[in-house]
Amino acid sequence: MVDLHHPLHLRWSVPTLALLVLLPWLAGHFGAGFYVGLASRILIFALAATSLNFILGFGGLVSFGHAAFIGVGAYTVGILMQHGVSSLWIAWPLAMLAAGVFAILIGSVSLRTQGVYFIMITLAFAQMLYYLAVSIKAYGGDDGLALAGRSTAGWGIDLGDDWHFYYVCLALLVTTLLLLARVLNARFGMALQAIRENEVRMAAIGFPVLRYKLVAFTLAGALAGLAGALLANQSSFVSPSLMQWSQSGMLMVMVILGGFGHLYGGVAGAVLFLLLEEVLGHYTVNWQFGLGAVLLAVVLLAPRGLMNRMRKGVHG
Amino acid sequence: MAILLLEQALNGLQFGLMLFLLAAGLTLVFGIMDMVNLAHGSLYMVGAYLVATLNLATGSFWLALVLGVAATATLGMLLETTVLRRLYQRDHVTQVLATFGILLMCNEAVRMIWGAQPLMLNPPVALAGPVELFDGFTYPAYRLLIIGVGLAAAALLYFLVVHTRLGMQVRAGASNREMALAMGTDVQRLFTLVFGVGAALCALAGGLLGPLLAVQVGMGESILILAFVVIVIGGIGSVRGALLGALLVGTVDTAGRTLIPMVFETMVGPEAAANAGPAVASILIYVLMATVLFFKPRGLFPAHG
Repeated sequence: MVDLHHPLHLRWSVPTLALLVLLPWLAGHFGAGFYVGLASRILIFALAATSLNFILGFGGLVSFGHAAFIGVGAYTVGILMQHGVSSLWIAWPLAMLAAGVFAILIGSVSLRTQGVYFIMITLAFAQMLYYLAVSIKAYGGDDGLALAGRSTAGWGIDLGDDWHFYYVCLALLVTTLLLLARVLNARFGMALQAIRENEVRMAAIGFPVLRYKLVAFTLAGALAGLAGALLANQSSFVSPSLMQWSQSGMLMVMVILGGFGHLYGGVAGAVLFLLLEEVLGHYTVNWQFGLGAVLLAVVLLAPRGLMNRMRKGVHG
Repeated sequence: MAILLLEQALNGLQFGLMLFLLAAGLTLVFGIMDMVNLAHGSLYMVGAYLVATLNLATGSFWLALVLGVAATATLGMLLETTVLRRLYQRDHVTQVLATFGILLMCNEAVRMIWGAQPLMLNPPVALAGPVELFDGFTYPAYRLLIIGVGLAAAALLYFLVVHTRLGMQVRAGASNREMALAMGTDVQRLFTLVFGVGAALCALAGGLLGPLLAVQVGMGESILILAFVVIVIGGIGSVRGALLGALLVGTVDTAGRTLIPMVFETMVGPEAAANAGPAVASILIYVLMATVLFFKPRGLFPAHG
């Protein structure tokens, strides 16, 4: 039985949120202030993975080119900053808009294909954008583009400050999760999940299947663009490597690891993946070997991802 | 100009044939077992490393190539029986995750064993120089050899798939797996064999391309993506489609890399051409693939009925 309702699980998500709000103080208290930067990075990837989970887990659209939208968002911020536009209020919405427009274009072609062909055509489009970024020498080409600094926000918010930046990332992630929970539990979300389960039947009873999928694809693209804008700010650097296919693969791994089709699947996956990377990287330079082994183990032992395994455990 | 075009055509043919060696195994695994295998490129990398190492140890390129191919085929079959067999019944997303894991492990294992530095693999001395094909046209002998071996492998594979009992079972499996099963094909043995052949072809391509490209960690990924493009263009499960797709991609990629910068140079000047040319050439094959899929969403030669 597929569970179509996706509650916010307030009983444990509120304490988790409280913990995340207190995290910078706790980290400072234990002399680990450095980890606030890592935590911001995790939150950004949680946002990106959540946006992918929206189409992959709930829409059944296995997009292998999601990193392209992150790249578009990041480059929008980078390019605007090079031309002197550093305001968050202009750059970030434009990043989402640009990524959304690319998602409409890519989606309207690739959503006509099915299954493996969809995986491959999204990959092809992402590769095109990757090589496009490599070719534009005015914005760094292969070497990437260094940003003068982080976006400016006004209202007493200084994104250059790690604490401020962390809270902005947290606020955006929470807003995104609330928005997606709202969308998923609405008629649109029900229809989207029904299309995942049986597309032909949905088309037969009169749902404009392609339009539903395109709207979801575009929303996911725009959210990934926002994650890209944050990522560009976090590292003050954008480069084509943001759009490499291995990045798309990594996002997919996060979603599957965390549990696709679970509201918090992308978040759990991002946390687990990046912490694993951090911890394994601490002990050995060959951490990718351990990561690969963990992936294989998850597939063989927890086939539906960690969040879904937990859910199964709770409800018997 | 004619000489340049001929040279590019031969380069395209050579690259296309090597792509075919990779794509053939990939398309069969994909078509028969319905399995997305991201680790296919890792077998290519492991094959190239084994051939390079054996070449140093034995001093004979040919012996190294034969031994390397045999070893990689064994490794491939071992991988199939221990891990991949468990993934056939799972969905594509899970397969992508698991084989991505295998890919990471292969890359790191190779880095641990051979180090991060690229390995040198020299072509046999007798073939190091160019040969004069006709008056005023010389072409590297080793590249000619690659074309020859590639053609021979393609012919052998064609014979195997079209004219043997095993090939018949493979084709039956690709067009309707359940039916092939019901008609009494020993699918498990067939899968292992197909995987072994695929791994052997990977290692052959890796060993042959080793002297031309660097033998290094990550070499499998870039070519894996191209191989996926090839089989999607050709139609998944179709060996004929893989051959056509590989030649198409090989030619377009090679020709694009030399001709597009030239065309750009006459249009927008040398500096802009040097900047944008190579990237536009790289984009070209993806445009090709998107175009093919737009008009034929199941590739040029769909294997399933």
